[in-house]
Amino acid sequence: MPEIAAINQKANQAGIGPATAPASPVVMLKDVHKSFGSLKVLDGVSFEVGRGEVTVIIGRSGSGKSTALRCIDRFERINSGEILVCGHRVDDPGLDLRALRQDVGIVFQSYNLFPHLTIEQNIILAPCAVKRVPKPAAKELARRVLAQVGLEDKLHAYPEQLSGGQQQRAAIARSLAMQPKVMLFDEVTSALDPELTGEVLKVIERLAADGMTMVMVTHEMGFARGIADQIVFMHRGRVHEAGPPEMLASPRTPELSQFVGAGL
Amino acid sequence: MGGHLNGNHLLFLGQGMLWTFGLSVIALGGGGIAGFIVALCRVSPSRWLRIASGAYVQLIQGMPLLVIMFLAYFGLAAIGVQVSPLAAVGASLTVYVSAYLGEIWRGCIRSVPRPQWEAAEGLALSRAQRMRMVILPQAVRIATPPTVGFMVQIIKNTSLASVVGFVELTRAGQIINNSLFEPFLIYSIIALVYFVLCFPISRLSHRLERRGGAARETLTPA
Repeated sequence: MPEIAAINQKANQAGIGPATAPASPVVMLKDVHKSFGSLKVLDGVSFEVGRGEVTVIIGRSGSGKSTALRCIDRFERINSGEILVCGHRVDDPGLDLRALRQDVGIVFQSYNLFPHLTIEQNIILAPCAVKRVPKPAAKELARRVLAQVGLEDKLHAYPEQLSGGQQQRAAIARSLAMQPKVMLFDEVTSALDPELTGEVLKVIERLAADGMTMVMVTHEMGFARGIADQIVFMHRGRVHEAGPPEMLASPRTPELSQFVGAGL
Repeated sequence: MGGHLNGNHLLFLGQGMLWTFGLSVIALGGGGIAGFIVALCRVSPSRWLRIASGAYVQLIQGMPLLVIMFLAYFGLAAIGVQVSPLAAVGASLTVYVSAYLGEIWRGCIRSVPRPQWEAAEGLALSRAQRMRMVILPQAVRIATPPTVGFMVQIIKNTSLASVVGFVELTRAGQIINNSLFEPFLIYSIIALVYFVLCFPISRLSHRLERRGGAARETLTPA
């Protein structure tokens, strides 16, 4: 994308535009602290995600991995530190939340499809309401994203008529319809049995292959190893170890060693 | 002892029934609109609005409807504000109903699972859009049975309007009974008319519930 780089450079020279250099990461957390009351959940978390990269956050329950992910989309406010997402200063109290959320797609463990709407209505809701996409174009878009997750035939079904795996794929399609620059996945297969987990992971793999920037929290270690460009191992609110997936084979710390051992 | 029940008596009862019906429409229309505003205030992000609307609900729920009507009709007149019985009763019912419906609906809005809000938020919908497109349609389904239950209650409570001289169904019955002295017959007729007014609403509620729950009933196992 040379022309985008050039534009960014010009914008930076002119002192306008977001403070993102062309090579700057899509997501950046720097020394992020977050407490719920007296409970310290994030204790100085830093990591970066580059364009087109897949970052997988692993760690025990309660290690702060889901909270870290939710901070990226400002579902949690941080106490101190810096978060930069697609040029948005997420820690800035004056942040334009809706602009941030147009750039960031998030998929949850419990799917959270809207039960009163069909799959098609679920998908076109936000593009029509937020981006003012005309209805016919939005319906075309719905068909396309549903094909991407292999659910073309479920356009007019209600969420409750689908299996868990299908619902989660529909939820991914709903996020994709907003054409986000980065996707967040918060333990999206934790509520599914192994077979359904497989079909959801396949969809995510395809997204990664298409170059989508992603941050995901998962317990699927084999999958993490296969898909990740970067693994972030969290322990007690800190990034305990981070690196390429190969680090899982030769952990440097006893905590990761124990975690990986338990996972196998 | 003025003879037997005749056509004129029935006509008089019919008029009373129309007033009962009319008062119910005013109570539920006015109280419904005001109650909707109260419910929105109760779940507002503004602390001030939540506190003010909460205080309103507490205050009104702590007063008997009868006293509210006395206040609106005799109370206001005593401080120089003359209101017609219809205006006083209409306003009293609106205020009373709005406090209850506001609180019922607040609970229904709150009972839409938190993740639904988050999913809508994650899709960049504005607060108003989240409310209108995601939360309220689900809240309405939850709200139907308690709302209808309360509607039936209110239809019966319009009988209190007789205290400010309003001749609705119950008062009409009393007046006729004063001349005929056939309390069993007359009050049986009145009870039957109230039942006829309330029964279709209960039926409607069942139908609404079934329609709203259509997707739920055709659930296929995951």
